[in-house]
Amino acid sequence: MAVPLLEVRGLHVAVAETEILKGVDLAVSEGEVHAIMGPNGSGKSTLASVIAGKPGYTVTGGEVLYSGESILKMLPDERARAGIFLALQYPVELPGIRNREFLRTALDALRESRGEDKVGIRDFNKLLEAKAEELGLEPEMMKRNVNEGFSGGEKKRNEILQLAVLDPKLALLDETDSGLDIDALRVVAEGVNRFRGPGKAIVLVTHYQRILNYITPDFVHVLIDGRIVRSGGRELALELEKRGYDWLREGAQTGAAPSA
Amino acid sequence: MTQAVATYEQYEADFRKLQEARSAEPDWLTELRSAAFARFQELGFPVARKGNEPWKYTDVRPLAAETFPYETAAAASVDAAQLFPFDDGMARVAFVNGRFSQELSTPSPDGLTVMPLTQALEEHGEDVRRHLAQHATYADEAFTALNTAFLADGAFVLAEGAVEMPLHIVYVTTERVATHPRTLIVARPTSELSVVESYVSATGGAHFTNAVTEVVLKDGAQVTHRQLLLENHETYHMANTRVHQSRDSAYRSLVYEAGGGLVRNELMVLLDAEGAEADLKGLYVSAGKQHVDNNINIDHAKPHGYSRLYYKGILDEQSRAVFGGTVMVRPGADKTDAHQEDKNLILSHEAEVDSKPALEIYADDVKAGHGATAGAIADEALFYMQSRGIDPERAMLFLVRGFVSEILDSVTIEPLREWLEESTTQALPRFRDKR
Ligand SMILES: Nc1ncnc2c1ncn2[C@@H]1O[C@H](COP(=O)(O)OP(=O)(O)OP(=O)(O)O)[C@@H](O)[C@H]1O
Ligand SMILES: [Mg+2]
Repeated sequence: MAVPLLEVRGLHVAVAETEILKGVDLAVSEGEVHAIMGPNGSGKSTLASVIAGKPGYTVTGGEVLYSGESILKMLPDERARAGIFLALQYPVELPGIRNREFLRTALDALRESRGEDKVGIRDFNKLLEAKAEELGLEPEMMKRNVNEGFSGGEKKRNEILQLAVLDPKLALLDETDSGLDIDALRVVAEGVNRFRGPGKAIVLVTHYQRILNYITPDFVHVLIDGRIVRSGGRELALELEKRGYDWLREGAQTGAAPSA
Repeated sequence: MTQAVATYEQYEADFRKLQEARSAEPDWLTELRSAAFARFQELGFPVARKGNEPWKYTDVRPLAAETFPYETAAAASVDAAQLFPFDDGMARVAFVNGRFSQELSTPSPDGLTVMPLTQALEEHGEDVRRHLAQHATYADEAFTALNTAFLADGAFVLAEGAVEMPLHIVYVTTERVATHPRTLIVARPTSELSVVESYVSATGGAHFTNAVTEVVLKDGAQVTHRQLLLENHETYHMANTRVHQSRDSAYRSLVYEAGGGLVRNELMVLLDAEGAEADLKGLYVSAGKQHVDNNINIDHAKPHGYSRLYYKGILDEQSRAVFGGTVMVRPGADKTDAHQEDKNLILSHEAEVDSKPALEIYADDVKAGHGATAGAIADEALFYMQSRGIDPERAMLFLVRGFVSEILDSVTIEPLREWLEESTTQALPRFRDKR
């Protein structure tokens, strides 16, 4: 069997002194879509952030492999250039930096690392315009400062625009569906589906099975209190929607005797 | 102390020499000079470290302990294209070591009278006499007193109507001297003028620039005034700018400080009639051991005034910045709308800023606000950019450019704006020669 694109092995992560991930295992192969669900504070964003290399987390055990190689020592920008992309739960505003210029610089950084020429300004503008239109973003917004004054929905769509332009291999989407109305949700889901393909993999963090109506996952994992407590297929998400998370919490398994 | 005595003796000897050389000038000027020098001798440099609130964070003792000869020889020649490449398409009046340089100056554009003050005394005596030293008063300000005592060539600018072409007033220093650049700008009613006033060193090595600028805006006049402090890092630069605004006039200022070792910039704008409007922007960029002190004051004396003050600073290495000043709304200046803000981006743990903007309001129905912030580049922003593949150095550079763009985007002269952007990153060694 081929090496998974992403493999998380026994990952333990702490913030300050508090352990947040308590042994997470996850293998994601090319072509697959994995959904990660779980209650607030269970560690979903932590998992996605650690894979992307966000500072502030301490890996106290385990490994994160990308194409079979450990990436824990790589800087976030090195990981991005290797093909990892994180759509943030809370996209950051960048005052004084225009969307268009930001994206072009990012794309050039990726191309440069692959030994390619910088993108021509005209080609880039054409590409950006087309991708923005697909996501229902006004061309005007490309001239505005990154995420500054964007609505919640616009910020999320802007993240997917970046995904579309930068075209990574592994997309980590942290609650990209939250706060979207039904039309925006469809537009964003379509964007993700356009990205989906044989060489790509998607890890989709969500609270709602709603988005899974549009983006059908191959696997669904439930993360509770820093551990993946259950994995299954698409139907697991539907069950979670009906039953909530409590039945999966430690000591709540059907028929399990209370431990002494 | 003995060093300081030597300094004062030097100024005195230079002053006597200057008086002799200028014996032919009008009596009122001779008297003004003498009175100003006497006042300087009484005041001395503001070196006291106790009870000296306006100079609390800026110590001028090193300046008081050094002697800089006052240059009276003819102007040396310098390479203009290299020193100020941003002034293509502008008229220029240049001074080298305090002396007017015919060679570096261009003819006055339409609607504008530009000449050395000495010449203006003969050709525009009334205007000079009516305004010179009327706004930049020296009674309580030692540096203004010293400048007034030594004022010589300086620049005289008189605007009538809408002047299309921007004017560049430039003061170049080529050696270890004290210069006392004096600029007088008079904007006649409803005139429009754009002026760049810059200070540059042609070489390394310390010198002392003690500049005073007076700007007078008559009814309805509009002046855009950009002051660029670009001297080398060993230089002492003391600047006092006084602006007097009449009815419905608009004064737009940018103070850009990337040079100088010890810099003190005092700007005082008096909105002395109804409907006057002042927009003051500033950007200071410091590194090494630079010390930059801005003391910016807006004085609303009459109703319906509008003012905006927005200064930003980037500090790196061991540099130090001070921002002070007061927006004053005097009794009767009702319906004033004033806001002042100072924001600092601190790139190094060793850099430091003291920012203390203040508001004093004695009028009714006033809209006023102020704020000051200082912080490092946000980790969140840096991570966000990195997560898109941009390396940290480039991400920082981007964030710095983003930070300054709010100020520099107000520069409508495109070559100047581009030059200032470039100069800003060049002023920060960590970004030098990167793009
Ligand atoms: N920087 C931090 N400092 C302190 N605690 C943190 C930090 N980041 C995460 N945590 C804590 O770690 C736990 C997991 O947080 P995380 O954001 O990963 O949860 P989540 O599953 O994404 O939750 P949500 O569904 O609300 O987004 C929470 O208790 C949170 O408070
Ligand atoms: Mg989260």
